[in-house]
Amino acid sequence: MAKNYIFVCGGIGCRALESEQLKKNLQREIILQGLSEEVQLVTTGCFGFCEKGPLVKILPDNTFYVQVAPEDAGELIYQHFIQKQKLERLLYIHPETQQRVTEAGDMDFYKKQFRIALRNCGFIDPENIEEYIARDGYAALAKCLTEMTPDSVIDAVKQSGLRGRGGGGFSTGLKWEITKKSTGNQKYVVCNADEGDPGAFMDRSLLEGDPHSIIEAMTICGYSIGADKGLIYIRAEYPLAIKRLQKALQQAEDAGLLGKNILGTKFNFSIDIRLGAGAFVCGEETALIHSMEGCRGEPTYKPPFPSVEGYLGKPTNVNNVETFANIPVIINKGADWFSNIGTEKSKGTKVFALAGKINNVGLIEVPMGTTLREIIFDIGGGIKDGKKFKAVQTGGPSGGCLGEQFLDTPIDYDNLIEAGSMMGSGGMIVLDEDDCMVSIAKFYLEFTLHESCGKCAPCRIGNKRLHELLDKITKGEGEKEDLKKLRALGTVIKETSLCGLGQSSPNPVLSTMQNFYDEYKAHVFEKTCPAKQCKDLITFTIVEENCTGCTLCFRNCPVEAITGEKGKVHEIHQDLCIRCGICYSKCKFDAILVE
Amino acid sequence: MKPIKSVQDLNKIKAKTNVSVKQTAANSKDEAVVVKVAMATCGIASGAKDTYDYFVDELKRRHVKATVCQTGCMSYCYAEPTVEVTIPGEEPVVFGHVNTAKVQEIIDRYIIGHELVDGIIPASYKTV
Repeated sequence: MAKNYIFVCGGIGCRALESEQLKKNLQREIILQGLSEEVQLVTTGCFGFCEKGPLVKILPDNTFYVQVAPEDAGELIYQHFIQKQKLERLLYIHPETQQRVTEAGDMDFYKKQFRIALRNCGFIDPENIEEYIARDGYAALAKCLTEMTPDSVIDAVKQSGLRGRGGGGFSTGLKWEITKKSTGNQKYVVCNADEGDPGAFMDRSLLEGDPHSIIEAMTICGYSIGADKGLIYIRAEYPLAIKRLQKALQQAEDAGLLGKNILGTKFNFSIDIRLGAGAFVCGEETALIHSMEGCRGEPTYKPPFPSVEGYLGKPTNVNNVETFANIPVIINKGADWFSNIGTEKSKGTKVFALAGKINNVGLIEVPMGTTLREIIFDIGGGIKDGKKFKAVQTGGPSGGCLGEQFLDTPIDYDNLIEAGSMMGSGGMIVLDEDDCMVSIAKFYLEFTLHESCGKCAPCRIGNKRLHELLDKITKGEGEKEDLKKLRALGTVIKETSLCGLGQSSPNPVLSTMQNFYDEYKAHVFEKTCPAKQCKDLITFTIVEENCTGCTLCFRNCPVEAITGEKGKVHEIHQDLCIRCGICYSKCKFDAILVE
Repeated sequence: MKPIKSVQDLNKIKAKTNVSVKQTAANSKDEAVVVKVAMATCGIASGAKDTYDYFVDELKRRHVKATVCQTGCMSYCYAEPTVEVTIPGEEPVVFGHVNTAKVQEIIDRYIIGHELVDGIIPASYKTV
C-alpha cells in the first residue's frame, strides 16, 4: 500500500479535547494541500493514552504525535507530507531519556496493559487445541513432566511470587506445598470458577477464550502435588464457558494430554466438571467443597484447611481460574521473569473487569503497581459524559469504595487492604458524582444479605440489622446514634463471622463511612442526599423562568403529578410525585430543579 | 487427532499448525485472509453471531479466499462486536462495532480494496 494513513483517535477522551475539530481541519488541509490521493484520514478507537490526547498516528512510517490541537493541522500536514519531515514539537518526549520519540514502535511503554493470563484470549480459537499448542500450549506441561521434579515445579511457583487471584492473595506455591506435604492416599486439584461478584467477568472470559490453559495448569498442579484427579467447579449460569471447557477436555483426552500416561510418562490425570447453582458463598473454598460433595453449600470453620482435609476428606488444592492461567507462563518463562513484574509483595499482573461509569468498559490486564488513575483515565478513557470521578469500587461485595485520594495509590494486595478495600477477584466499578455512596453501600449489602447462607448469626442477623440501619438513613430517618451503631455492628460482624463472606460483608459500609463520611452526615443531620439519588430526600420542582410550557414533562409523568397548560408554566404536585426523575430527564429547558 | 505420546509429537503439531497468529507478517501472497470474530458470551449477546455468519456468506459470495473463525473475548467490551482481520503479509487490524453494514464496508474497502477504514481499535497492550 503506497497510501499514507492518518489515524486520529476517536476515543471519548480525545474527543473531549477537540479531536473532532482536529479531524475536520486535517481533512480540509489534506484537500487544500492537494494530498487527497495519497493521504487518507481514519478514525480509530481509544489508544489508551488519553492523558496525551488528542493522539495522531501516521502510517506506514509509524509516527506518533501527541496533544495535537486543531490549529496544528495545517503545519502537521505540510511538514509531514510536503516537507517529509517529522514535526518535532508534537512528538512525544520519552519520560526517561527526555528525547523525542520518532517511531510508535519505541512507544511501547505507553501501553499500560500487559497480558499474561489473557495472552490467548481473543487470539486463538478456544475450540481448537492445535491453535493452543501453536502458542506454546502444553509446552509447560511437557517441561514439567520431562525435565522437572514435582518439588522443583512447586519451587518455581513459590519463587515466582504468584498469589491467589481469587481475592485472598495467599501464596500459590505455598498452598501447593502444603497440599503436597499433607498425607492422604488420594489428592485433588480444584479449579474455582464460581465467579459471582456483581460486575466481574474475568474468569468467564478466560474460560471462554482459553480453556486449555486452565486444563494445562491444573495438570501441572496435579503432577506437583501428587494428585491424579481434578475438578472444575463452575456455575451453571456460564453455559458457553461450560460448553467450551467440555470440548477442550474432550480434545485433551483424545490427544492424550489428559488420561493415563500423559506424554509417554507414568503420570495420570483426569478432570471433571462440577456445576454449581450460582450461590455466591460457594466461591468460599469450604462451601465450594461441600457443594461438590452434594451437601449444602455452607462453609465450615478453618482449620482444617482444604489443603489438609478437603474434598471427601482428602487433601485438596483449590485455586482460582486466573491463578491457574498464570502457571504455564511461569513454567515456560521462569520464576525470575515473572517476579520481575509487579511490586515488591505482589508479583505479576492482574485482570480487572472495568465497568460502571467509564468510557471504555472492558477487560484489562495490568502489572501490579499500576495506579487507579492510569486504569481509569488512560486505559478506561475517563468518566462517561464528562462527569466527575467520585470513587471506584474494588473487590465486589467484599471490597470497598476508594475515593479520589487513592487515585495515585499503586494497586497491589497490601495497598488495597490498607486503603480499606481489597483486591477481590478483580471487579472494578467506577462511580461518578451522581452516585450516592450510602445507596451504593446499601446495594452491596443487599447482595450479601441475599447470598448469606444463614449458618452463623453475625452474618445472618447482623447484616440484616445493618441493612435496616442503612435503609433508615437513606429514607431520612437516621439519627446520630445510628452512625455509631453502623460502625460498631460492622466491626462485630467482621470479627465474628464464620467465613470470608461474612467477615468481609460490612466492608462496603465501613469503607464508605471511612472515605465518604460527609455523605452519611448529610443524610442523617441535614436529611439531604448530596448525589440527589435517595428518593425520600429529594423534591422535583419547576423553575418558572425556564419553563416554556411545552407539556413534555406532564405527558411523560407516569402518575399524573404534573399539571399545566400548553404555553403556561407547569406545576409538580408534591403529594402525588413519586420522584422517578422522568420529568427531569425529559425536560429540554433545564426547567426541573432537583433539591 | 492422533494421540500425542511424547514431547516430539507435541512439537510436531506446534510446527505444523498454521495458526492465524503466525501470519502477522510476510507470509506468501496466496494465503487466505483470516477473519477472527470475538465470540464470548458478551460478544454473542451484542450480535457477534450475525457478524460471523454475514462474513462467511459475503466472503463466499464474493469469492474471497478467507478463513472466518471464532475466538474468545478481545476485551473491548465498549466496542462489541469486535473483529480482527489479517490480510496475508499485513499486520492484523482490529475493528470495533462491527455490524453487518460495517462488515460490508470492511470487505469492500479493506479486504478487497486494501484501504483502511474508520473504526480501527489500536492495540493498547503488550503480551507475552
